[in-house]
Amino acid sequence: MTRPSDEQLRAILVDMVEARAQAGRLWNLQRQGQIGTLAPIDGHEAVVAATAHALDPVSDWILPQYREPLALQRFGPEVLDQYMLYNIGHPDGSCLPPSVRVAPLQISLATQIPHAVGLAWGMTLRHQPGVTTVFFGDGSSSEGDFHEAANLAGVLQAPVILLCVNNQWAISTPLHQQTAAESLADRAAGYGIPGVRVDGNDAAAVFDAVDEARRLALDGGGPTLIEATVYRLGAHTTADDPTRYVPAEDLEAARTDDPVHRLAAHLGELGLWDDDTQAQIETTALARIDDAFKRAMAQPLATDAMFDHCFITDTPRMARQRAALLATGPHSHPSTPEVDQ
Amino acid sequence: MSSTSELTMLQAINEALHGEMARDERVIVLGEDVGHVGGVFRATEGLFEKFGEGRVVDMPLAEGAIVGSAVGLAMAGLVPVVEIQFLGFSYQAMHQIVGQIARLRYRSQGRFEPAITIRAPFGGGVRTPELHSDSLEGQLANVPGLKVVAPATAADAKGLLAASVRDPDPVVFLEPLRGYRGIRGEVPDDDYVVPLGSARTARNGHDLVIVAWSHQVEVACRVADCLVDEGLSIAVLDLRSLVPLDIEAIAAAVDRCGRAVVIEEAAQTGGFGGEVVATIVEECFWSLEAPVVRVSGYDVPYPVGMLEDAYVPDEARITAAIRRSLETA
Repeated sequence: MTRPSDEQLRAILVDMVEARAQAGRLWNLQRQGQIGTLAPIDGHEAVVAATAHALDPVSDWILPQYREPLALQRFGPEVLDQYMLYNIGHPDGSCLPPSVRVAPLQISLATQIPHAVGLAWGMTLRHQPGVTTVFFGDGSSSEGDFHEAANLAGVLQAPVILLCVNNQWAISTPLHQQTAAESLADRAAGYGIPGVRVDGNDAAAVFDAVDEARRLALDGGGPTLIEATVYRLGAHTTADDPTRYVPAEDLEAARTDDPVHRLAAHLGELGLWDDDTQAQIETTALARIDDAFKRAMAQPLATDAMFDHCFITDTPRMARQRAALLATGPHSHPSTPEVDQ
Repeated sequence: MSSTSELTMLQAINEALHGEMARDERVIVLGEDVGHVGGVFRATEGLFEKFGEGRVVDMPLAEGAIVGSAVGLAMAGLVPVVEIQFLGFSYQAMHQIVGQIARLRYRSQGRFEPAITIRAPFGGGVRTPELHSDSLEGQLANVPGLKVVAPATAADAKGLLAASVRDPDPVVFLEPLRGYRGIRGEVPDDDYVVPLGSARTARNGHDLVIVAWSHQVEVACRVADCLVDEGLSIAVLDLRSLVPLDIEAIAAAVDRCGRAVVIEEAAQTGGFGGEVVATIVEECFWSLEAPVVRVSGYDVPYPVGMLEDAYVPDEARITAAIRRSLETA
């Protein structure tokens, strides 16, 4: 077990603080009608950032669900730029450059888990060192794809980390209605793989767990299921109203264990963090996301881009359809801002 | 002149798999019972012995994870050839086929190449238990990002399968259950591909054209041959691939004949036959001398053994459809 150094913890906290600040900005942009529906990261910052720091961005892969991008800076600044494109509804929003080992966001729950197993398996077959890490939630752990993929990972001994972020809620469905199991990590026994439960609000503990699972996988020891327990501090998505179902007292209690505050307090005690530092990082993070938003809105977009990359080349019928679409003339993009006359 | 051998469609498929695995070491075959036993129909026979357990993989019984892990293998740069034991079993993988494989290139805007082939037997006539005979080509053809291929001859099965494995896009390759051993013919020994998206004229004719694919092509040819004695000249167009669709070949055949019968084994409502009829009407309305006639399965689940002969289009129903079309002045 390797505990993260104080410097590593500080780097993790920088990513967490940036993610929290930028999540606030995204929420406002959505409320202004500037971007589409998105899933806020609030409460997941430590799990995502600490995992990213325990992995090697050069050799390891991350397959996200949809709540993670803001805390994945370690895997490349392009992640934020693409996430802005994604949120404004630009097709380039799911296309990261080859150097960034992050898969597209996945809206269909748990479907990315067999992908992660297949990718890890394929890397082994191609003699490429590295592990894949796949994020999914407590709700996704009820999906068939989770069980099928975890079982397959065990059979293949694939170098994959199955990272279940248990935030207690699947939109409005609480964990006890999701499963009768006491712990999601316990399920690992049924697949013959190790299962670990970790406090997801403790960045150091998450780092440890991921680091250990990674070492095991690289040594040929196969997959690990990690259950990181957190509490969803925000809404499921911008379209959700959690006040209708999250007990206020539960949320209040969870806020006393806020992962960002917790790590800031720890590093503050060590003299590595203070309010000024945090304010400065927040300012930089907001400038960065505002810049990303501006650039995303300026990204060119042809109407017939909807045909691109469906196949490597259009079928004859699609070629006709593309020509017909182009013949209808230019279309305005709904989130393109009005140009001042 | 290259040599040929007489093969069943199953042998032709097996030959194509051997050829593709030898040609490209990225090709990996996965599915249920594809390894040791060589597939329940023996389509993958000999691959395990020749290429080893790393490339010919007996998978756990989980269609979703078989297809889903193929997505990850493709992301790693491999070329998976997945066998779904019967097409009706793909219901349990449909979320990965429709929601994932078909969109991998699109979602990643070209970053990931879904060079994945899904092979599956389909269609009836061999007294299988429930769900083993379902024809889903219509549903699959309606999924943007998927190619759908359905050979009718042994030679095409070899060339189209080779083309499918080499295609950078995902292909669902449909193999007629009845044709595995029932369809045989001369197959070139050499390595070759039949390009996806080109139909084949199975019979020349000028009075009426039957449009069909997979096993129904052979039935259509038998009907056409029988009607020669009556002085009728019936053409048969074998689509070979439904996506991409050879619109020009359909239009040319219907323009020449003025009458068309479209055959399929699936249920009628929403079936691919309707798509062919719509294409004919769009392209050839002014050439038509009679309404296009469809012969298909009925809008019921594929029936059990004692009823299936009454469900699957046969020579009598196709002949009746031809007469109905020809009776229209």
